[in-house]
Amino acid sequence: MIAVEHLTKCYGDFIAVSDLSFEIDEGHVYGFLGPNGAGKSTTMNIMTGCLSATEGHVRINGYDIFEEPKQAKRKIGYLPEQPPLYMNETPAEYLKFVGEAKGLKGLELKKQIEDVAGQTKIDHVMDRLISNLSKGYRQRVGIAQALLGSPQVIILDEPTVGLDPIQIIEIRDLIRQLGEDHTVILSSHILSEVQAICEKVLIISQGKLVAFDKPENLEKLLLASNGITFTAEASKEEIDAILPEISRITEWDVKTQEDGLTAVSVRTGSENVKEISRELFFAFADKKKAILEMSSKKANLEDVFIELTEGDDRAVSDSLEESGVDVE
Amino acid sequence: MIAVLKHELSGYFHSLTAYIFSAFLLAFVGIGALIYNIQSAVANFEYVLGYVCLGFVVIIPILTMRVIAEERKQKTDQLLYSLPIRTSQIVVGKYLALLVVYLVPLCIVALYPLIFAQFGEVYLLTSYGSLLAFFVMGAAMIAVGTFISSLTENQGFAAGIAIPVILLNYYSVTLAEYVSATASGSAAALIVIAVLLGLLIRHLTKNQNLAYGISFLIMLAVAVLFFTDSSKFEGLLPDIMTKLSLFERFYTFVNGVFDLTALIYYATVIIFFLFLSVQSLEKRRYN
Repeated sequence: MIAVEHLTKCYGDFIAVSDLSFEIDEGHVYGFLGPNGAGKSTTMNIMTGCLSATEGHVRINGYDIFEEPKQAKRKIGYLPEQPPLYMNETPAEYLKFVGEAKGLKGLELKKQIEDVAGQTKIDHVMDRLISNLSKGYRQRVGIAQALLGSPQVIILDEPTVGLDPIQIIEIRDLIRQLGEDHTVILSSHILSEVQAICEKVLIISQGKLVAFDKPENLEKLLLASNGITFTAEASKEEIDAILPEISRITEWDVKTQEDGLTAVSVRTGSENVKEISRELFFAFADKKKAILEMSSKKANLEDVFIELTEGDDRAVSDSLEESGVDVE
Repeated sequence: MIAVLKHELSGYFHSLTAYIFSAFLLAFVGIGALIYNIQSAVANFEYVLGYVCLGFVVIIPILTMRVIAEERKQKTDQLLYSLPIRTSQIVVGKYLALLVVYLVPLCIVALYPLIFAQFGEVYLLTSYGSLLAFFVMGAAMIAVGTFISSLTENQGFAAGIAIPVILLNYYSVTLAEYVSATASGSAAALIVIAVLLGLLIRHLTKNQNLAYGISFLIMLAVAVLFFTDSSKFEGLLPDIMTKLSLFERFYTFVNGVFDLTALIYYATVIIFFLFLSVQSLEKRRYN
C-alpha cells in the first residue's frame, strides 16, 4: 500500500528525518508516535507530496509520490496539523472546491460532499462561514476534505490537538469508523490516544524509526519490568519477614502510610504474575495479615516509549514530559 | 486548473477585492475621459488610457497582493500541494482569475469610445488597439504582482514591494536620461545586475553553486566584452532601462501604431513571471 524507503530530509545541517523505511498495509489504523520535533509532520508532509525529500522514495500503491504525483495523490487524503481552511468560505463552498480539484464533477461531486458531510457530521453547518465554526467543527471540515475523492489512505496529522475532551472522543470515534474502510495513519504525541485507536504503532524519535509493532507486542517488550503492588495491614518489619518466604520474589520496596497501612511494590521478573499474587495472598493470610488492595503492574506504551528512546538522548524524555504525554 | 479558477473567481466576487479594483479602475478612466474627452472635447480616447495607466501603480498591487501570500498565511498552500494538481495549474488558474477580474471593468470601459462616437468622429481603431494594449500591459503587471505575492506571506509586504516596482518601471524611461551613459558606467551596472540575479537565483533554488556560477559567468562575459570592445557599452544602461519599461511600449499604441513586437514582449514578461511564481511555490517544497 504505502512503502517508504530510506527517507531522509535535511533542513540545511539539521536532519529532520534520517533513513526512515517502513511499509503500511491496507485497512488498519496506524499510529505515528513521537515527541514534538521527532519528524512526524515532516514525514507525513513528504508522504503526501507537500514536501520534497532529500533522499529516498515514497510509493503509494506503486506510484512514486515525486515522479507520478497525480496518481499517487489521488490515493491519499491529508489533513495537516493546522486544517487548511479558507476562513471566508462555507464548508459547502470549500468542499466543492476541493472535490473539483480532486477531479469530481456534477452528481458524483454532490453525492460525495453529502456523504462526507454526513460521515463527519457537519451537514447542519454546511452554510455557515468556516471562521464562525468551533475548533472541533473546523477539524471535521478538514477531515471531510481529506475524505473527498474516496482515497484509500487517510493521513491525519495530530487530529485531536487543541480539542476539548468531548470533541476528542468524537474525533476518535470518527477515526475508528474511518478505519473500517480506509487505511488511516494518524500522528500523535499522546500515547494513550494511539493505544486506544491504533492497531499498529510506529514510534519515531529524532527522525529515526525506533519501533513498529502492535501496541500489545510493544508492551510485551517490557514484561521483564512487571511487578505487583499491594497495600497490607502490617508493619514494615512483618512484611520484611513474610516476603522472603516466597522464593520467586527477590526485591521489594516498602512504604509505611499515615493510616497505619503499608504500601509494597514487588518486582517479579517475567514469571507468571498471577501465580505470585496467589502465593502472596496465602502467605499473608496465614499470618492473619490482610491485603486490602493488590494489582499487577503492567508496562504500558509510555514505558515502552521511554525505554526505547531513552538510549538516544535524555532530552527526548524531558521534552516528553513537557509536552504533557502523561495525560491520563 | 478550472477548479482553482472557479474557486478564485468566487473568492474575488464574494469579497470586496474585485469591486474595489473595478471601482478604482473605472474611477481613473472616468475622470480621465471627463477631463480629456468631455471637458477638452478631444476625440482621442487612447490619450485617456495613456494618462490613466499611472493608476496601475495602485490598482495592480490591490489586486495581486493576496493571490499567493494569503494561501501561505492561512496555511492553505498545504492543501494545494496535497491536491492532485500541478503547481503550474495552480498558478495559471489563479492568474486567469485575476485576468477575468481585470477584464470586467475593461468591458465597461470598452463602451466609452462607442458612446463618444455617437457625438462625433472617434478613431475607433486606435482606441481599441490601445485598449487591447492596455489590457495586455496590465496582464503583464499582474504577472509581476503575482510573483511578488508568491515571495511572502504578508499581503501588506507584497503590496509594499509591488508599488515601488511598478512605479520604478513607470519612471525608468525618465530615469534613463539621468543615469551614466558611459561604457564603464554601463559595465558597472551590468555587474550589479549579475550580482542581483545571482542572489535571486540563490533565493529561489537554494543552490549556491548555480547562483554564483551564473553570476560569475555573466560578470566574466561583461569583463571580456568590456576589454575587447568597450564601445558596445556606450549608452547601454539607459538603453536597457528604456527597453525594460512596460509603459514605454504601451505609448506606441497610444500614438496610433499597432506594435506586434510589444505584444510579444508583454507575453514574454507574463510567461517569465508566471514561471518564476511556479518556481517560487515549488521552492517551498524544497526548502
